[in-house]
Amino acid sequence: MPLEVAHPKDRAAALIAAARRRRVLQAWLPWIVVVAMFGFWEIAVRGFDVPEFVLPAPSAIAASMVKWWQPILQNAWATLVTTAIGFALAIVFGLALGVAIGSSTLLYHGLYPLLIAFNSVPKVAVVPVLVIWFGAGAIPAIITAFLISFFPIVVNVATGIATVEPELRDVLRALGARPIDIIRKVGLPRAMPYFFASLKIAITVAFVGSIIAETVASNDGIGKLMIVASSRFDVPLVFAGLIVTGVMGVLMYAVAAAIEIRTTGWAMRGQTDPMTQAPGG
Amino acid sequence: MKPFVEIHDVAMRYGGVEGTLALRGTSLSVAKGEFVAVVGPSGCGKSTLMRLVTGLWPATEGTVIVGGQEVVKPLSVAGMAFQNPTLLPWRSILDNVMLPLEVVEPHRRRLRTERAAYEAEARGLLKLVGLEGVEKKQPWQLSGGMQQRASLCRALIHQPALLMLDEPFGALDIFTREDLWAVLQEVWLARRPTVILVTHDLREAVYLADRVLCMSSRPGRIISETRIPFSRPRELATTYTPEFQALVAALREEINTARKSEEVPGAA
Ligand SMILES: Nc1ncnc2c1ncn2[C@@H]1O[C@H](COP(=O)(O)OP(=O)(O)OP(=O)(O)O)[C@@H](O)[C@H]1O
Ligand SMILES: [Mg+2]
Repeated sequence: MPLEVAHPKDRAAALIAAARRRRVLQAWLPWIVVVAMFGFWEIAVRGFDVPEFVLPAPSAIAASMVKWWQPILQNAWATLVTTAIGFALAIVFGLALGVAIGSSTLLYHGLYPLLIAFNSVPKVAVVPVLVIWFGAGAIPAIITAFLISFFPIVVNVATGIATVEPELRDVLRALGARPIDIIRKVGLPRAMPYFFASLKIAITVAFVGSIIAETVASNDGIGKLMIVASSRFDVPLVFAGLIVTGVMGVLMYAVAAAIEIRTTGWAMRGQTDPMTQAPGG
Repeated sequence: MKPFVEIHDVAMRYGGVEGTLALRGTSLSVAKGEFVAVVGPSGCGKSTLMRLVTGLWPATEGTVIVGGQEVVKPLSVAGMAFQNPTLLPWRSILDNVMLPLEVVEPHRRRLRTERAAYEAEARGLLKLVGLEGVEKKQPWQLSGGMQQRASLCRALIHQPALLMLDEPFGALDIFTREDLWAVLQEVWLARRPTVILVTHDLREAVYLADRVLCMSSRPGRIISETRIPFSRPRELATTYTPEFQALVAALREEINTARKSEEVPGAA
C-alpha cells in the first residue's frame, strides 16, 4: 500500500470543511460574545455584592422586563415609530441635499460650513426649543431623530458623488451627456455604497436623537419610560430600557446592512460571495 | 475636400499660468472618413490632444473645429476609448457597451422600443472582439485586456462619425492586438468613420492609418506626417514586407530624434 497521507481531492475537501467551520464560527461569534458578557456581568455583580440601585444583575433586569413587558413593548413601539419617521425624513432630505451639494461645487462651498456649524450644535440643546415650538410629544422626538441622522447621510452622499473618477465622468461627457445624465448614470450609482454606509451610522444615531427628546419632553417612548423608572429608583427597569434600545438599534442596523449587500454588491467586487473567500482570509 | 477635424495653432496649459504646458503651436487637419494615427514620445500631449478635439477640455489658445463648427463643449458625435477601460463597475459588460445608446440621440429615444435590435448589435460587436459569452459578467470579473476590448465596443456601438482612440490596445498581448487591428480595419471599411488613433506601437500605426502624424516632445506639436501607401484591406502579411518595415524604421528614427530634443535644457 502506498503511504500517501492525503489524496489531492481529500485535501481540497478538508480545506472546504475548514472554511465552512470558520463561517459557522463567524455566524455564532456575536451570540457567544453577548452571552459571555452577560454571564461575566452576572458573576461580577453577585461576587462583589453590588447593590441593585447601582448596577442590577442581568437576572434582575430580565425579571423587570418580564414584569413590565407590556409598558416596555408599548413604549419601544412608540420609540421605533418616532425614530423610523425621523430617519425616513433624513433619508429623503439627506439624499436630495447630498446629491445637490455633491454635484455642484458652488453649493458645496456655499453650504458646507453651515452644515458643519449645524452639526456641531448639541442636539440636546435644540430639544427645549423644539418643545417651545411644537409642545411636548412625538414631534420634537421625530425632529431630533431627523436632525441627528441627517448629517451623516448628506456628507456621505455628497462625498460619493463629488469623488467620481474624472475618467468615468469623461466617458459620459464625451458622449455629449447632460449633467443630469451624468448624475443619474454615474454619480448616483457610485454614491450608493457611501449612502448605505451612512445609513448604518444614521439609524443608530437616530435612536439616540429620539430617546434624548423623549427624556426631555414626551408622553411615551423608551426615553420617557427610563425617566419615570429612574425617578422611582427602579434601576433594573432603566437598564431594561437601555437593553431594549440597543436591541432595536442592532435590528435596524441589520436591515440597513442587508439592503446594502443586495444593492451594492459590485462595490465589494464579489468578496461577499463565500465561494471566492480564501480559507486563510 | 473640407477637413472634418481642424486644429489651428492650439496651445494647452494645465493648471493656470504657471502650470504644465502640454501643447504649443499644434495644428492638424483630418479629412472626413480618414484614418489618422498620432505617435510621439511619452508625455508629449497626445492624450491632451484627444481631450481638446472632443471638447472635454477647452484649449488655452487657438481653435478646434469639428464638422465645420468650433468646439466649445463636449462633442456628441464622438466615440472614445481611453488608455484604461473605464467601464462602470456596477453594470454588466453588455450594459456597459450599451451605455452610449442611453445618452446619444437618436438611439436614446428608440432604445425602449427597439431594445432587442440594439442588444443584438451589442452582442455582435462583443463577438467580433472575441468576448462572446461574457455579456452578463461584471467588469471586475474580466481580465484587463478583456475590459479594454469591451471599452472598444462601447466606443463603436452608436456608430459615431468620429472615433477617438487613445492607446486602445496598449494593454493587450500581441496576438489579440493583431486580431483587433483586423477588426478595427473591418469596422472602418464598413462604416468609414473619421478615426484619430493615438498609439505607441509603430507597426499598429502604419498598419491601420492612412497618415501617421509624429509629435515632438512636450510641449507637443506635429513635426512630421507620413502617408501610408498600402492598399486596403491590409493583411498581416503586409507588415512583413520590406516597404512596411522601412516606414516603421523611419518613424522610429523620427521619434528618437524628438525624444533627444527633450534633453536640451530650456526645451520646455
Ligand atoms: N489633468 C492634468 N493636469 C495637469 N497636468 C496634466 C494633466 N494631464 C496631463 N498633464 C500633463 O500634460 C503633459 C501631457 O500629458 P498627456 O497625458 O497628454 O501625455 P501623452 O502624450 O498622452 O503621454 P502617454 O503617451 O504617456 O500617454 C504631461 O506632462 C502631463 O504631466
Ligand atoms: Mg496618453
